[in-house]
Amino acid sequence: MLIDWFTVAAQVLNFLILVWLMKRFLYKPILHAIDDREKRIAKELANADKKMAEAQKERDEFQHKNDEFDQQYIELMSKAKDEVKVERQRLLDEARQATDALSAMRHEKLRKDAQSLHEAMSLRTQQEVFAIARKVLMDLATASLEERMTEVFTRRLHEMDDQTKTSLAEILKAATDPVLVRSTFDLPVEQRVAIQNALNETFSADIPLRFETAPDRVSGIDLTANGQKVAWNISDYLVSLERSVNELLKDKKIPETKATPVLETKAKLEKPKLETGNP
Amino acid sequence: MHLSPDEIIFWQHGFLKLNATIVFTWGLMLLLVIGSKLVTRKLSIGLERSRWQNLLEIVVTGIEKQIEEVGLSQPAKYLAFLGTLFLFIATASLCTIIPGYEPPTGSLSTTLAFALCVLVAVPFFGIEEQGVGSYLSSYVKPTFIMLPFNIISEISRTLALAVRLFGNMMSGAMIIGILLTITPLIFPIFMTILGLLTGMVQAYIFSILAAVYIAAAIRVRKPGTESEQTI
Repeated sequence: MLIDWFTVAAQVLNFLILVWLMKRFLYKPILHAIDDREKRIAKELANADKKMAEAQKERDEFQHKNDEFDQQYIELMSKAKDEVKVERQRLLDEARQATDALSAMRHEKLRKDAQSLHEAMSLRTQQEVFAIARKVLMDLATASLEERMTEVFTRRLHEMDDQTKTSLAEILKAATDPVLVRSTFDLPVEQRVAIQNALNETFSADIPLRFETAPDRVSGIDLTANGQKVAWNISDYLVSLERSVNELLKDKKIPETKATPVLETKAKLEKPKLETGNP
Repeated sequence: MHLSPDEIIFWQHGFLKLNATIVFTWGLMLLLVIGSKLVTRKLSIGLERSRWQNLLEIVVTGIEKQIEEVGLSQPAKYLAFLGTLFLFIATASLCTIIPGYEPPTGSLSTTLAFALCVLVAVPFFGIEEQGVGSYLSSYVKPTFIMLPFNIISEISRTLALAVRLFGNMMSGAMIIGILLTITPLIFPIFMTILGLLTGMVQAYIFSILAAVYIAAAIRVRKPGTESEQTI
């Protein structure tokens, strides 16, 4: 008999025990380990997915920020360029204004310098011209000149207008001292008489005269009575000329266009008048 | 020469006896359990693991995959029974290379014990899955006339399982024994290698057939999936 029933029973029991033991020591631990590993891998994959999603999110965020930064950069750059342009224009304007101001100042200084030089030259020229004129006239002054002066003086007395004449007559009449007649050279008797006669005729009165010589004068005759003076001399011409030149220079200062000084040589000679007033 | 290791009796006391089948079965049990315990003592759940753990994982997952491919959707539930069948029979065949070893599967008592276990396991899993009434009603389908045929089918396939494994294992051992007397030098080695292959194939066939029977038992009520296995 090939079948031993005790052995069959024993083998069934052995097999069942073996199934339990194998389940206990092999399948459970192995499957548990595999499950744990799978869970772990799944968890790691989930973490990886999560991290990837986070990374993607951060990447998107970074990209967004980068775009914003670029946009801001472009805007700031554009703004800065505009500001620089405006600032450049402003600085250029300021520099131009400063240059203009400096240029104007320099021109003004130059103009003042030129004016000073002009004035100095004018003054010097004036002084020189008058000095030369005085010297020439003094050199030329002779007795005949005095005689001629006397003639002119007497003619002027005759030619005086009525108002002057009246006021002068009053002065002469009111004078207590003799009327003083001053001349550069000592007048000869004939001329003294001529003057006396002319005065007498002009004012229709006998006017006492006292003659005096004043060599410091250029040339001429003047008459002084009671603080009033009637004169004709070359010095007066010169003074008149000087005044005229000064007025001319004063007038020229106002327009002031030329930097280079120009010496005005032409002077308008004012016709001398018999003047009355305090000496 | 012994036809079955049952005939090698080490100890006997009345009904109780200790023959080579039982002793070698215990030896194989110890080998399997101690080996499993040693390997699973320090299991790693990380990516780094020992070679033995890797081997056992391949074996276990391979068995699981095979069970699933047969049609059992929850392989973990049947893994202990079917996996132990396969591993025990395969180890019993593999150990034939050890001199003096007698495979317990070469005993009809052992194969019959395994076949009886399958005979009980099939209705056990079938009833667990679909209930007593539903399972028992599958025996009278499509008509009541089929009941005796179904019962005969159950018994015959169980016997077929037992005899197939016993015949193959016993014949392998017998052929090697005969050849040792005729051509003792080279030829028995080839036959031993062939015996290893036959043993592996038989282990696979036995466990796969058991899986198919169980699958048939739990899927019998599903429309379009009813099939009778009469191998």
